Amino acid sequence: MNDATFLGMPAFPTAAASALRDSQLRGNLARATGTIRSRRAAAVAEQDDWEQLREAGRAVKERTLRHLDRYLLQVEEKVTAAGGKVHWARDAEEARRIVVGLVQDTGEREVVKVKSMVTQEIGLNEALADAGIDAYETDLAELIVQLGQDQPSHILVPAIHRNRAEIREIFLRSMGAYGTAAPADLDDDPRRLADAARRHLREKFLRAKVAVSGVNFLVAETGTAVVVESEGNGRMCLTLPETLISVAGIEKVVPTWQDLEVFLQLLPRSSTGERMNPYTSTWTGTTADDGPRAFHLVLLDGGRTNALADPVGRQVLNCIRCSACLNVCPVYERVGGHAYGSVYPGPIGAVLSPQLRGTTSEVDRALPYASSLCGACYEVCPVKINIPEVLVHLRARIVEEGRERLVPKPERLAMAAARWVLSRPSRLTAAQRAGALAARLVARRGRVGRLPGPLSRWTDTRDVPVLPAETFSAWWKGTHR
Amino acid sequence: MNARTEVLDRIRRALDDVPAGERPQDVPVPRQYSRGGQQPAGSTAAVELLAERLAEYGASVHLVSPQDVASRVGQSVAGLGTGSVVVPRGFPPEWRSALDPDRVLTDEPRLPVAELDRARAVVTTVAAAIATTGTLVLDGGPGQGRRALTLVPDVHVCVVRAGQVVASVPEVFTALDPVRPLTFVSGPSATSDIELDRVEGVHGPRTLEALIVV
Ligand code: SF4
Repeated sequence: MNDATFLGMPAFPTAAASALRDSQLRGNLARATGTIRSRRAAAVAEQDDWEQLREAGRAVKERTLRHLDRYLLQVEEKVTAAGGKVHWARDAEEARRIVVGLVQDTGEREVVKVKSMVTQEIGLNEALADAGIDAYETDLAELIVQLGQDQPSHILVPAIHRNRAEIREIFLRSMGAYGTAAPADLDDDPRRLADAARRHLREKFLRAKVAVSGVNFLVAETGTAVVVESEGNGRMCLTLPETLISVAGIEKVVPTWQDLEVFLQLLPRSSTGERMNPYTSTWTGTTADDGPRAFHLVLLDGGRTNALADPVGRQVLNCIRCSACLNVCPVYERVGGHAYGSVYPGPIGAVLSPQLRGTTSEVDRALPYASSLCGACYEVCPVKINIPEVLVHLRARIVEEGRERLVPKPERLAMAAARWVLSRPSRLTAAQRAGALAARLVARRGRVGRLPGPLSRWTDTRDVPVLPAETFSAWWKGTHR
Repeated sequence: MNARTEVLDRIRRALDDVPAGERPQDVPVPRQYSRGGQQPAGSTAAVELLAERLAEYGASVHLVSPQDVASRVGQSVAGLGTGSVVVPRGFPPEWRSALDPDRVLTDEPRLPVAELDRARAVVTTVAAAIATTGTLVLDGGPGQGRRALTLVPDVHVCVVRAGQVVASVPEVFTALDPVRPLTFVSGPSATSDIELDRVEGVHGPRTLEALIVV
């Protein structure tokens, strides 16, 4: 199976410009994000205490991060006491080595996988393939990506850039090569597509001896791991195999069992716009007569301590990967996930990737500019990550790092992707307001640089149409039903 | 330095802005959100809300009186034609009296997964239910069995006692034991992966039937 990577991908402005020319992609994205935005809005509106939940979620994460060492030690102690084994990985390479070694110890040549951002982040499938181990993705969207020899483009729905007709093509073309083929008369009815996936994966679930997963949360006080999902592929992987290997970023910890009551309300409503996702599994170590006999938990740093060391940037580690910020992002909607050159696309990717990977590559230096700073991401974020603040902060940092020479030119920054901002007066209002916000943030942090950069420059040097009274949110609501 | 020491060390260095004497509880966590209770646990209002929410996500729901549970369980399974029905240990015998004993598998001894795959349905109890979100919680207790039993068969019939129904997510968390493997089930398996539109029925049971005993 093809194992394409994000390596060597062009930096955001170039990638965005080419994505913008792809009208099929834009159509698929606009339709999908439009659907999910209205579902999320309805699910959130129904929860009267939404703001209180957000504040609790943010605060729990802040407490956790400020005392992360102690909570991780607690996780280790509790998981071990419950029959699990905890492994620590400094970086992606070490994590890959640990997981590959654990699979090899079982003597098995194949694993089933539950969708997990972190295993993509560390490039696990490629490492398993190199070791002669077949890794089967079992989440429908991941399956579409894997069979299509493609790259994921969304946190929650990695195949969001594919429409039903394309998915049908991929299934018909590729399923047979890896197991049960798609029925020859497969049409593009989503029900039949889902059914084809069910048949294709069934035999793999039933014979699987080893599964690899991520986790959504790790409870320090009990050592409990949590996986939130919809299809039941997660349950299959967590329940049927003999060995379960779960990889977790060190930021996945929450202190107490009670804290889950907050996140299990915030996550589904923000993510799929459901009151609750169909399945949530929790497990603590191993259980006699139920589920895997061996449980391994791999705790990964992978650059997270870099983000932790930055008191402004630290808040990105609050992220519960709900993808709400992608779905509301006007830039993401137009350029899609691939343009971000990272497994973490959209607003969260723009603030997370440069902190995890550092700002030495052009791709990572361009990412904090992949935004119009409109603030929609902050408004929807269930754990209140102030993404615009972190974006501006990272821009300042990139400039300060003395790499002005390498900072993309303002005109390029005004970006292929942000060009749309200027094509409508109301968008410009938002951009200007964002510019003002950026300036405030910059001033507050006592930094003066060539900031807030591109958008204000555009407005400084161009005739601007009369601005409508409508606010960005009003425009947004009026045009994105 | 081994990885564990180094990661912990990096974390401590990264947090050098956190005052040395600060304890976790010094970072305030306001819990002003609702703890539920608008519909008292086990009340008619809570049961009705659960029924409505389960149905909205594609489960079929029946409110049954205690003396009708057995016949309703029998009906649910009879409609499925042939094939075995898994009934885990601890399921109340009076609720399975209408099932044909020849069709019942009890997982004693433990059923191989292939046999589970051939089973037509599974009938269980639950540990708790959350009305607001339309969620059934399984904890492997009596009448529920190990997790695979409620996962592999394509039809899951679930008997809920009214007294097990709480209104909100926070209420259920205080009642659950984190040491047990838990499964929260909200409707039949579903996906939003094709154009972000919800489709019911992927790997988990495609039919979820809840019988609420009132
Ligand atoms: S940053 Fe916030 S909105 Fe975006 S994925 Fe993370 S939690 Fe969700």
